[in-house]
Amino acid sequence: MKNFRNYTLIALTAISLAACSSDDDGDIPEIINEEEVITTLNLTLQSGAETIVLTSQDLDGDGPNAPTITVSGNLDVSTVYNGTVEFLNETESPAEDITEEVEEEADEHQVFYTPSAGVDAAIAYGNFDSDNNPLGTVVTLTTGATAGTGTLTVTLRHEPTKPNDGTLSDAGGETDIQVTFPVTVE
Amino acid sequence: MKFYLWLSIALLSITATAQECSYTLSGYIIDLHDNEVLQEATIIIVGSERSVTTDAQGKYVITDLCEDQYTLQVSHPACETQLVKVTVSGNTTRTINMEHHLESLGDVEVVAHAHKSKSRTATESVVDHNLLENNSAASLGDALKNLSGVTSLNTGNSVVKPVIQGLHSSRVVLITEGTRLQDQEWGVEHAPNIDVNAAGEVTVIKGAAGLQYGGDAIGGTIIIEPERVPVKDTLFGRTIITGATNGRGGSLTTSLIKSYNNGWYGGINGTLKRFGDFEAPDYVLSNTALYERDLSVRIGVNKYRYGVEASYSIFDKESGILRSSHVGNAADLSVAINSQEPFVVEPFTYDINAPRQEVKHQIAKLKSFYRFDNFGKLSAQVDYQRNNRLEFDIRRDSDDLRPSIDLQLETIGGKIDFDYTADNTITAKVGISGRYQDHFPDPVTGVRRLIPDYQGYDFGIYALGSKDFGKWTIEAGARYDYNRINAEKFYITSLWEAREYDVNFAQFVVEEFENQIFVKPEFEYHNFSATAGASYEVNDATTVSLNYAMASRSPNVSELFSDGLHQSAARLELGDLSFNQEVANKISLNFTRSTDTWSFTIAPFANFIKDFILIEPTGVQQTLRGSFPVWEYRQTQARLLGFDIDNNVQVTDRFEFSNQFSLVKGKDVTFDRALINVPSASTRNSVTYTMPSVNNLKLSLESNYVFRQNEFPDTNFDVFLPETNTTELVDISTPPDAYHLLNFRSSIDFAINDKSNLNVGLMVNNLFDTSYREYLNRQRYFADDLGRNVLLQLKINY
Repeated sequence: MKNFRNYTLIALTAISLAACSSDDDGDIPEIINEEEVITTLNLTLQSGAETIVLTSQDLDGDGPNAPTITVSGNLDVSTVYNGTVEFLNETESPAEDITEEVEEEADEHQVFYTPSAGVDAAIAYGNFDSDNNPLGTVVTLTTGATAGTGTLTVTLRHEPTKPNDGTLSDAGGETDIQVTFPVTVE
Repeated sequence: MKFYLWLSIALLSITATAQECSYTLSGYIIDLHDNEVLQEATIIIVGSERSVTTDAQGKYVITDLCEDQYTLQVSHPACETQLVKVTVSGNTTRTINMEHHLESLGDVEVVAHAHKSKSRTATESVVDHNLLENNSAASLGDALKNLSGVTSLNTGNSVVKPVIQGLHSSRVVLITEGTRLQDQEWGVEHAPNIDVNAAGEVTVIKGAAGLQYGGDAIGGTIIIEPERVPVKDTLFGRTIITGATNGRGGSLTTSLIKSYNNGWYGGINGTLKRFGDFEAPDYVLSNTALYERDLSVRIGVNKYRYGVEASYSIFDKESGILRSSHVGNAADLSVAINSQEPFVVEPFTYDINAPRQEVKHQIAKLKSFYRFDNFGKLSAQVDYQRNNRLEFDIRRDSDDLRPSIDLQLETIGGKIDFDYTADNTITAKVGISGRYQDHFPDPVTGVRRLIPDYQGYDFGIYALGSKDFGKWTIEAGARYDYNRINAEKFYITSLWEAREYDVNFAQFVVEEFENQIFVKPEFEYHNFSATAGASYEVNDATTVSLNYAMASRSPNVSELFSDGLHQSAARLELGDLSFNQEVANKISLNFTRSTDTWSFTIAPFANFIKDFILIEPTGVQQTLRGSFPVWEYRQTQARLLGFDIDNNVQVTDRFEFSNQFSLVKGKDVTFDRALINVPSASTRNSVTYTMPSVNNLKLSLESNYVFRQNEFPDTNFDVFLPETNTTELVDISTPPDAYHLLNFRSSIDFAINDKSNLNVGLMVNNLFDTSYREYLNRQRYFADDLGRNVLLQLKINY
């Protein structure tokens, strides 16, 4: 009767094989609105009554659509602009203000402003982390006397080397945002 | 049973009177496992009183036989008794293989060499116990790399994926103790979740000839078998302690097996590995530490006629990913490639920070067999696997400790196989298998799912067999597989439309949200695979075999559903829902010449793959983060040609020379250019000096030369660097230079007492601390490979 026991075992094996069932219960999985994505960058430059806003918006995040870049106006020569930058995740509703998060972790972030040749502008940092190293969500942009056209690149770096010499290559870290705006100084 | 017995007696008595009965039947009785001759085996002619016994050379002679078919009952104390049909026609010779009944295998070393071929005509190689033990502190992939034709695709040095004759991931099937490992092997940065120390022996079939294991092994099959357990009262074990200078860590592994005369046995195997940051010759590879804990237990009974075994294993590994390999966008990648040193080099530490992986794989299994006299062996098994994979990326908010990827894959599988064993000139095997899978990516990550929720249903049926005709052996087999996948996925609406899925796959759409679309793609595949081969024994030393294998593989979940940012790779990966299965036709030839002093194998192959799925860079996409390289999967016609050479010369009793050379050339036939990520040619040469009189002292020096891969597709792209206001070429395709590594190995044995022995090994890898980068290491853009590593290993068998 030993055989019987073995056959039973084999039969049980076969039954457990066939017993697998689907858990398709009609519910749909939870939707995820990407939390790590930053969709929007607004750089506001203000001088007296004049306000220029540089915006890059990419509402599909990592999707195939390229960001939409708009610059509301041209910069004047020899002018001091108070600049503030704002980062948003607009895939969430209401939009998440990532600037706050960056400012809270100021020692792990830095915003870099890189004018190209043709754009006569100097940037001075307006806010700093607890070690007194620059953060750069608040800046002062001062244009020179030369008019010209070129680009201004805004880069948010995560975990850069701090302090650094102000260049992207010395800072290292990872790029969280990088937008190149067309800029005219007139 | 009795009926046949009487029948044969009747037949014998009839023919005996009618014919001249003066013929001799002779031959050897050979142990199938180690090809040793078996002396004192008893051969009884069924239905008569006659019996003979083999001599010291394992030879038997039976005289005065008629021209007729006889049934012989062959028995040996260490083996299963078997019945063999022999047709006597003139003086006949017949060699009989016997299968070990595992009785006398008290010595662990003997068990390890008890290799049984998995295929009769395909090219296969074996990693033996010693080699596995030498790699005790490394990984399965590292051990397999010692075989010709097997290389690895690495992410750093602790994530090592085996590559067989140029193919990897879903094209390599991994079988561990009869269970097909389901550990999300589609991912290039997912190494097999296997403890190298739990393996007794590993066989690699280079190609799809192992149909009993699956029909989709376009690259090959890796079969891992545990140590065998003898049927006798014994308790034995083994402990290996390895310490390594590079990584300043080591591993400890212990196994213990208890068995009884009545067939019951139990075994336990545990491994602990801990390493800190590894080091390249010039710098610390920051955040490459690893921590691994594995355990396996089994209990069973082996009663020759039937057996049952229950087992459970857990593999748990946490490994750091080189900090500098985590880049933000294409501009960062360009800077990293052009920089000589990794950007982040910190002091050595054992800490593992993000980016890191945490993988856990558990297998619970119940298997059984039953033997039918003079017919065969029926085996059945069910298994449950749970694979948990966590990947922690560097998050914007460093206080956010959630993983970015949290996947759970559960698999329930079962199979029934039948092995025909009555005639030892024939092997025949049939079987069916079924599998159900459930994949759950946890939404808690807050990061869009890399791989969607899905259920998979698989069913397979196969038959294969071989027949010996003296010098010729032929082999053939066929298999059918049904694969079904029901997925549930959110696509970004813009992507869904950009890829024209809204036109071609509108039937899958369930619901549309603001900027995402929920779909339920369902796919079904019918796959056929087949193998045929022949082998010819030219003389005692020389064998030639030819094998053809057709394999079909359904596209995997990554190839179908990838749809966006793969953060840890800093690239956008795009799959395609319209893929069909790829079909490979592989022809492999194997020429082996083996004498006492020289063994030589050359194994050329040609693999033609229709609708081969590959991923390569196709361009750059703009996002707010800057530009990202886009890697797209596509299907093409591919061709892989190559050969492997193995040479082993016993120059004197003490002096051995061995040589390996492997070459594979991959071509994208559609685009008429080289395939991406094909391993470069390599040669491995070693000299070993053994002094048995001096405690079996062994000294060995190995040279490993890896050529530069000169055939690669140009997939470079341009990226704008704001800092210099220039557009730079990102060179992601040019392979690194050739490199040469020297490794030293020595070992010596000490007897502790009559049952225990100690083996002390000293190994030095990369003796000259050479800086190098390997084409198939995904971190070659960021850092050099490992520098010198001195390992001290103590092995105690008891």
